[in-house]
Amino acid sequence: MSANHIGRNLILLAVVLAIAFVMQFVLPTYYVLTITRMMVLAVFAVGYNMLLGYVGLLSLGHAIFFAAGLYFAGLATYHLGISVPVAFLIGIAAAFLLALAIGVVALPTMRVSFMIVTLMFAQVGFLTTLYFAEYTGGQDGLSLPHAARQFDFFGTTFSLANEQVRFNLAFGLLAIALGVSFLVLTSRRGRIFAAIRENEGRTEMLGFNVFASKLEAFLYSGTIAGAAGAAYGLLFGYVGSTFASIQYSIEVLLFTLLGGAGTLLGPLLGVLLMTTLIDRLSELTTAYLLVIGVVLIVLVLWFPKGILGTIRERWLPWLM
Amino acid sequence: MAFGPYLFLAILEGLVQASVLTVTAVGLSLVFGVMRVVNVAHGEFYMLGAVFAWFVTSFITGHPALGFIAALVISPLIVGAIAFASERLVLKRLNYDPEATIVATIGLLYIFQQSALIFFGPNAQAVEPPFYWRIRFPWFGYDGYKLFIIAAAIVLMGVVWYLMKHTKAGLVMRATQLDRETAQAFGINVDNVSAYVFALGAMLAAVAAVLVVPIQQAHYLMGLDPLLLSFIVVIIGGLGSIQGTIIAAIIIGLSDGILSVFFSPTLAKMVSTLLVAFVLIFRPNGLFGKAER
Amino acid sequence: MTKSIFSEGSIITRRTALKGFAAGASLLASPHVPRAQTGGTIKLGAPFHRTGIGASYGRWYERTAQAAVKLINEGGGINGKMIEMIVEDDGTDPKRGTEVIEKFATEHKVDVVFGHLFSHVVAAAGPRAGELKLPYLVCSEGHQLAGGGLNRYTFQPGITDVKSQVASMAPWISKNLGKKVTMLFPDYAFGHNHRDYFSEAIKAQGGEISALIPIPPTESSFTRYFPQIPSDTEVIYHVMVGPAVLTFVKELGDHFGSTRPQIFGFIDSLEAVDLATPQLEYLDGTYFWEAAPRYAQKDQTEFDKFFREKVGVDANGASTSDPKDVSTYSHMFSVWETLFVIKQAMEMAKYEGPDQKKDFILALESLDKFSASNEHPQGDKVFNGKTHQVFGKQNISKVEGGKLNVVHTTSIEDGMYEPEVDYTKMEL
Repeated sequence: MSANHIGRNLILLAVVLAIAFVMQFVLPTYYVLTITRMMVLAVFAVGYNMLLGYVGLLSLGHAIFFAAGLYFAGLATYHLGISVPVAFLIGIAAAFLLALAIGVVALPTMRVSFMIVTLMFAQVGFLTTLYFAEYTGGQDGLSLPHAARQFDFFGTTFSLANEQVRFNLAFGLLAIALGVSFLVLTSRRGRIFAAIRENEGRTEMLGFNVFASKLEAFLYSGTIAGAAGAAYGLLFGYVGSTFASIQYSIEVLLFTLLGGAGTLLGPLLGVLLMTTLIDRLSELTTAYLLVIGVVLIVLVLWFPKGILGTIRERWLPWLM
Repeated sequence: MAFGPYLFLAILEGLVQASVLTVTAVGLSLVFGVMRVVNVAHGEFYMLGAVFAWFVTSFITGHPALGFIAALVISPLIVGAIAFASERLVLKRLNYDPEATIVATIGLLYIFQQSALIFFGPNAQAVEPPFYWRIRFPWFGYDGYKLFIIAAAIVLMGVVWYLMKHTKAGLVMRATQLDRETAQAFGINVDNVSAYVFALGAMLAAVAAVLVVPIQQAHYLMGLDPLLLSFIVVIIGGLGSIQGTIIAAIIIGLSDGILSVFFSPTLAKMVSTLLVAFVLIFRPNGLFGKAER
Repeated sequence: MTKSIFSEGSIITRRTALKGFAAGASLLASPHVPRAQTGGTIKLGAPFHRTGIGASYGRWYERTAQAAVKLINEGGGINGKMIEMIVEDDGTDPKRGTEVIEKFATEHKVDVVFGHLFSHVVAAAGPRAGELKLPYLVCSEGHQLAGGGLNRYTFQPGITDVKSQVASMAPWISKNLGKKVTMLFPDYAFGHNHRDYFSEAIKAQGGEISALIPIPPTESSFTRYFPQIPSDTEVIYHVMVGPAVLTFVKELGDHFGSTRPQIFGFIDSLEAVDLATPQLEYLDGTYFWEAAPRYAQKDQTEFDKFFREKVGVDANGASTSDPKDVSTYSHMFSVWETLFVIKQAMEMAKYEGPDQKKDFILALESLDKFSASNEHPQGDKVFNGKTHQVFGKQNISKVEGGKLNVVHTTSIEDGMYEPEVDYTKMEL
């Protein structure tokens, strides 16, 4: 990608982030709250996109990384009384290690098998949260204690119940995730990922260690997803089995596809559109899941590249 | 209860579970074998089979056996038609690309499930079994209808085997599964084959559900568990191998039945799910599967 | 190896794409379904379970609430203002349930939220409501509130909690059915509550637990569990929920036949299910806990008659417009009574708007007794302002000829227990 293109994308990214940042001052409270959630979920999707869009691997079990981050961070504060920032790091570390373990065994499988193996691991994760309900609260889940609803940072106490605090923390995380994606994409690594996606056999023959690269992507993907989970648990003060369920693995796939797999900002757009759509639709009809089903089919039939992907293909070839 | 009779009970229960699972999983296996696609909506065809069975039996009064037999015939036909339509309208246009199909069938899953919620409602509805026969073993009572399920499953599998091995339709399906391009070169309309196989797979799931609905009730969320179990069976048995599927279904149905009698069911589920993952890792084509050409 | 994730590209042209985007954008940019922005109403947020596993309850909750709202408005509203109920579906999902609370607080700007049922949703949504300082009146039966797990903004004035229900059953069971009890319960929080509270209560009566048999909530076949029931058990206590309950009963019948122990269950298993279903024949002669008797009894109060008439339920507890649509009669009165409690407290606090929120809370905490009336058709109640939980009478009914007949009604004291928390000491 030429320097010119990189430059344009950088500007686009900066503009999008700036707009997002300013939203907290402009929008009414309800939207600030929902956008906070959206941003954290967008981080999850950005992580997922790393695997699906950049390397071309479709995982059906990514909820396990989100849940790992969520639970390890949340339970650290609940059972061990660990402070919020440290708990956050624990959540990320847990997701990283889990991604390493699963990546090493799952990546050698191909295509359909990979999808099902990831699905199976995620199911095991979900069942584990139920099996150890004594500690995890099972389906009921756990609300994090009062002490976990605030943290100290260089002397000042920030309350996590405060919308501004949450918004900015979510924003910060999103900016970092997008930044990391951007850097990876524009680096040599990113080009290797693209090569694997386009033609794995040839890339291997050219002497690249495809497995190592895939594992690297898997680690990025799982860790970012875990960071999103840890953030979600800590910011909103609740951990529960529902976040480890298949529904969340499918939702993140949906978000990424809708926005455009393989584009930088696609996941963010996908989350925004889908969550707003669900929110508005559920006011109009109880059959909003049906609409999601239709959207999925329409997407896959006519917009397989998602919105930004289609835009890129048709009009803006420089779009990352 | 003493260990012996308890084990006997566990085996009976396991066999019932294995029977329903076999029929459902063979449907999924056929689809995967011939079309090389994974149908995530398979569980919903199962659910629709049960739902339509309820609709049919509520219309037909008189002896429950009449309603049941009607349901056994009509429900799979309706579900098959729905599957056929889905295949023609959606899957065909994706050229059976594996990942695209998975996404599309997820969409179908939502559509079927929510439609069932709208038209069938959120409550579980019961269907009367065609006959009441309580068998009195020396140690416990048992529902004779369950034995009927086992028998029915055996008959069905016999029919499927006959279909595959001794009819032209079966030959065509096997040829398409073995080598799609060569089959096409021989003048087989592989597209049509796909549609019929997809419908057949769905019908098998529907039949399994009709068989089981007198003992389990129809509910709009009932498709998820059979889906996951069928996946497990098909993969362990071998993607594309019917015999493998049948053997795996029996093993898994029995072991799930027996294990969960003596251990925690959640633990049993965890173990079998992990097992699937590891089988796939070490034998990417399943235990008896044939590699793609 | 294919080039990209999906096969060849789209068949759209720029024009169709633009049309599509425009349509989509206009849907999303449209303001939400406009609510009458009448300044003179009191707004009530109602997160009902319209979809998801709680859907059968959610629908009846909604119908009952609508009937109550209509009645209150016909009577002049509250403090001269009409009440407006805004319903949102939370899919019986904790995450969505929490989001819906945020929506009520910040977008709809309601005065009170009421009507949540499933305990895992309440567990997630309650703390958030507290953070948002939104009065949150649950209709849930959960013990989390009285156990101190929630906050000062949460109340449960319309329905008793499971600890109270279970404890009040023990004396009658031990005296009339037997002292050796085997419990079959779903293996999650609701079931665990039954397990813990009933074990404690029956032992206090000099009874014992023969066996505890936890069953996964999604189980569809139960035959394998019954052999675990010891042969000298006198009572089987079951509280299975979910679509499999018909199977449960039928298989129980298959297993035991005519020589069975006494059987006691909670009507939670069979809410919205028609007792006349053939599979449930085996329940004849068994007993159930009911909060409010589904079938109109010989000594039916005029209040119960009034309630049924207004909500649209017949003497068999089914919808007057569809006899196959059976109601969740032991739970839905909670919504009705809660609305009238809101009315009572708001009138006491002379509530006009969110500025008087604190007065409203204090008024709620000052309530102590409700008498059986049109506003409280389930019966007399005692409210504990410190634990925010109400106590009431419970019924034990026997299944006879496909109907439930009440054989015993407990006193309010039977269900009382030591207070475990004092919310009034907390800050608002």
